[in-house]
Amino acid sequence: MPLITYREAVRHALAEELERDPQVVVMGEEVAQFNGAYKVTEGLLAKFGPNRIVDTPISEAGFIGMGIGASMLGVRPVMELMFWSFYSVAFDQILNNAANVRYMSGGQINCPIVIRGPANGGTNVGATHSHTPENVLANHPGIKVVVPATAYDAKGLLKSAIRDNDPVFFLENTILYGDKGEVPTEEYLIPLGLADVKRTGTDLTIVTYGRCVIHSLAAAAILEQAHAVSVEVVDLRTIRPLDINTVLKSVAKNHRVLIVEEQKPFASVGSQLAYMIQREAFDELDGPIHRLATIDAPAMYSPPVETEQLPNPHRIIKAALAAVA
Amino acid sequence: MSKKLTAIAENQPAATAPRPPHAQAPINARLSQEEKIELHRKMVRIRRFEERSLRAYQGKKIGGFLHLYIGQEAVAVGCCSLMGKHDHVITAYRDHGHAIAVGMDPKPLMAELYGKITGCSKGKGGSMHYFDPSRNFWGGHGIVGGQIPLGVGLAYGVKYQGHKGAAMAFMGDGAVNQGAVHEAYNLASLWKLPVVFVIENNGYSMGTSQARSSAGQLAKRAEGYDMPWGQCNGHDVYEVRACMDKFLTLARETNQPSTVEIDTYRYRGHSVADPDNTYRSKQEVEEYRKTKDPIQVFQEQLIKEGVLDEATIEKIDLEARAEADHAADFAEASPYPTPDDIQKDVYWEADHPAQRKSQGRLFFD
Repeated sequence: MPLITYREAVRHALAEELERDPQVVVMGEEVAQFNGAYKVTEGLLAKFGPNRIVDTPISEAGFIGMGIGASMLGVRPVMELMFWSFYSVAFDQILNNAANVRYMSGGQINCPIVIRGPANGGTNVGATHSHTPENVLANHPGIKVVVPATAYDAKGLLKSAIRDNDPVFFLENTILYGDKGEVPTEEYLIPLGLADVKRTGTDLTIVTYGRCVIHSLAAAAILEQAHAVSVEVVDLRTIRPLDINTVLKSVAKNHRVLIVEEQKPFASVGSQLAYMIQREAFDELDGPIHRLATIDAPAMYSPPVETEQLPNPHRIIKAALAAVA
Repeated sequence: MSKKLTAIAENQPAATAPRPPHAQAPINARLSQEEKIELHRKMVRIRRFEERSLRAYQGKKIGGFLHLYIGQEAVAVGCCSLMGKHDHVITAYRDHGHAIAVGMDPKPLMAELYGKITGCSKGKGGSMHYFDPSRNFWGGHGIVGGQIPLGVGLAYGVKYQGHKGAAMAFMGDGAVNQGAVHEAYNLASLWKLPVVFVIENNGYSMGTSQARSSAGQLAKRAEGYDMPWGQCNGHDVYEVRACMDKFLTLARETNQPSTVEIDTYRYRGHSVADPDNTYRSKQEVEEYRKTKDPIQVFQEQLIKEGVLDEATIEKIDLEARAEADHAADFAEASPYPTPDDIQKDVYWEADHPAQRKSQGRLFFD
């Protein structure tokens, strides 16, 4: 299988879906002429033209709302947020309009829109550009939330997201854009709501998603070699819908759990997972559920310290050892 | 003195005004007698529906907010009477008039207010959230100005899909100060999207008069976005039609967006929870009722034209009252949704399980 970057995987998914369905349009700030702020959409304008690949003004409430309105008529817009952090200025459109319009209309309307872009810390851009809003988004029934960790997952999940008839919020990661992974040349789809066991192990289950999957795999290798701890890494891939069954199966096998997430701890995705695991697998647990999250403060600028604020392999190893102690 | 009272002083009362030239505008001149009567009938039906819903509210049959359209009927009726197959409407929370104007049946509208399963949104939306996509009516939105980007999206969809049509994005005078509205103006003008932004200027954003909330003439802000704009008297349905026809045609034919400010007035408070005794005088409301009432104005016009007579007027009114009563009876007799209905209509996929492609849990407890 060819090795391609996460960035290319997202781009290929966009190109294939643009090719397949004339209702798909790609819109966002700098997606066309500039070739994408992170070059995800590079070359799409040349291939599909300005009617399908559309540069928007810096106007998130306006253009995201416009995409939602167009999706009610059956257009399938894929809107890029240069950073998911900018969702706050389009909050009303995303979480009042896209999330609620189906419900408030008694099921008469659906919004087949995808909003995608990076949502991560770790790039020393300070608190305003480092938000990870998957918990905030997933708190709203009516929408779906996807956080892929690898090139393979990003492509297969984005293609499913674009074909989905509900609003899907797709959270990528600027640090992962350059990471290469094996991606088949033939077409494939990954269903939303299906977790993936990225590494099997017998002593501890790490439940995680996004870039923390990569960190957890790195930590797991060291834990195996240096500490003789065998770790299973469950990558959720999708936050909502949630594949809790794969999580519970792993918990039932290993009896010890560590949740790792690039989230502020209060009311995070991990909070919900911990509740569900204790509720549905209480008797399987040999100890309390452990969690490693971002250290609870706005994102720190100072580069070496921000690395320590976020989950990283070294913090995960420490947390894993505590969880199996 | 409010801006509105100034406006009254400048204008002749409708009752003594000369026959307005708008009756001769081509869009009005070509109306058949029956079509003219239908415009009148729709306004009367809206008013009787609103009065009946107010009684139901006072009788504690309706929860939440109730924003009545009484006094503004000529705006929704005039605008929506111009709709073609690919024209679309979206509005804010004072949406009952638009719903009836686009042709929705008052029975499910009233049932929605009562929170019944037979409501147009199955009791899930309430007064502020009426929808009927089959009639190109896209709501019914609760957040001031939040629907305007969606309206631009409707226009984008019409253009992208190659149809000849236009979206009418309605808002109140208070909405013009919301950022989302300005972002929508810019996008519409930048991309030449076929939308007419309709400001229903009733003079008050809740209890704050236009003079206390907005700098400059509202529609004129369109100039900053290189859009044409117009203003018209919303108490005269002919004038509304004549003015809107011009801008809708511009949108449909040339994708040129525009803003139209329609002067109107609401007789009731912002919502029924508004005691309406802090920001305007009873005399001001009375003045409007006496001299500018859109139903009265048009009724007199049609009598002058020989289209309506007293007997027909009475018959239309009785039928409208009966229709509103029947709607209330229907609502009263309908069942409520059950707790089992709460999680329906959340996800398209959950409502179409045979076509579901995702896996995993969609709902949590």
